[in-house]
Amino acid sequence: MEATVTTANSEEKTWGGGNEPMNASYGKMMMWFFIVSDALTFSGFLAAYGFSRFKFIETWPLADEVFTHFPFMHGVSAPMYYVALMTFILIFSSVTMVLAVDAGHQMKKNKVIVYMFLTIIGGLIFVGSQAWEWKNFIKGEYGAIETKGGSILQFVDKDGKQIALADFAATLHEERNQLTRNEGTWFMEEASLPSYSVAEVQAGFKAHPDLLIRTEVINEKKQKTILSRAESEQRLAEAALVVEGANLIRNEYGSKLFADFFFFITGFHGFHVFSGVIINIIIFFNVLLGTYEKRKSYEMVEKVGLYWHFVDLVWVFVFTVFYLV
Amino acid sequence: MSHEHVSNIGRIWKVFGILSVVTIIEVILGIYKPDSLHHGQFLGLSLLNWIFYILTIFKAYYIVWAFMHLEGETPSLRWSIVSTVIFLVVYLLFILLTEGHYIYGVFKDSTIKWNF
Repeated sequence: MEATVTTANSEEKTWGGGNEPMNASYGKMMMWFFIVSDALTFSGFLAAYGFSRFKFIETWPLADEVFTHFPFMHGVSAPMYYVALMTFILIFSSVTMVLAVDAGHQMKKNKVIVYMFLTIIGGLIFVGSQAWEWKNFIKGEYGAIETKGGSILQFVDKDGKQIALADFAATLHEERNQLTRNEGTWFMEEASLPSYSVAEVQAGFKAHPDLLIRTEVINEKKQKTILSRAESEQRLAEAALVVEGANLIRNEYGSKLFADFFFFITGFHGFHVFSGVIINIIIFFNVLLGTYEKRKSYEMVEKVGLYWHFVDLVWVFVFTVFYLV
Repeated sequence: MSHEHVSNIGRIWKVFGILSVVTIIEVILGIYKPDSLHHGQFLGLSLLNWIFYILTIFKAYYIVWAFMHLEGETPSLRWSIVSTVIFLVVYLLFILLTEGHYIYGVFKDSTIKWNF
């Protein structure tokens, strides 16, 4: 037990051993070392995100047009609500965690158990929500065209409302077989084909004179630029690929780097939440078994609490830079 | 340990209230994006984004001070953590954002359009 909880001996001389620098126990100090280094890791990622966003500041996707889903509300554009809900869940699980730490200070085992349990549930709900968010992001909603130059073209009606490829693409009876491993000469295969071919989208566009193309370029009203019909037809002639949803190579929302950073940073954060839940579960069972009751100190709960709050802290920044700004 | 083991429950719920209110304000501003704030500029950043960043720092302060309980630690521990992180983060952001802005200029004004 001495290794995990040291009791300060302030009677000794400073260099005589047995005391605690800065009045923090060894474990707590090491948790802070870890948190500082992890904070710098996340800062590195977020700064890299800022770097890439500054590079493509005029074409970066607008969060309002990307994250618009809410459970059980199909087809309703509800930007922000879902991620706000996730933020509340995480803040609330931070509150139950700090209540568990507080109960631990007073050696109230049963209260610690209840609050730790609530924290774990909150963490699991958050990770689940993030998985749902990823699912929508990967699946995409409208589909888009990538030009030869690598720009993304989206389709809107004359009111500027985005239109899905499925709503206008023509059905051409053309055969295009997917290359699978068993048909390849060598170890060749390709990603699953999009639902529509470029020719089908172009034909459908021609048949619907109301449709216009929205480019990635952000105009001075801070909205994506919508081209005139003539310009739209001209741009669409350069079409190279149909893009549906998002992966690490391309995405229908715009800049390729946007999806990469989204996956990487929210994924890394989600991984932290997940490991936080695992660590919380371990400590939760220790509390149940009465380990800390015997140790006469609930400092372990405090240490995992620090980690848990750190995860919440990171989310506050991720929320701002990905969804608000 | 310097902790006097009194209950901080009142403080915890107060901080939860503050964090919730700030988040609600952020979400409302994020949904409605008032034109005056969205288009007003100050030092190269829209007023709305200034508000978002300031509120973020405000929330971070409460999480670190109240939940992570730095307010109860000795000042030497508190500031060796906070000042280190703030200094390095500001430094890194300054370098990377300046560089990103420069590359934006290169893409805009020269023949290179896309190389990474």
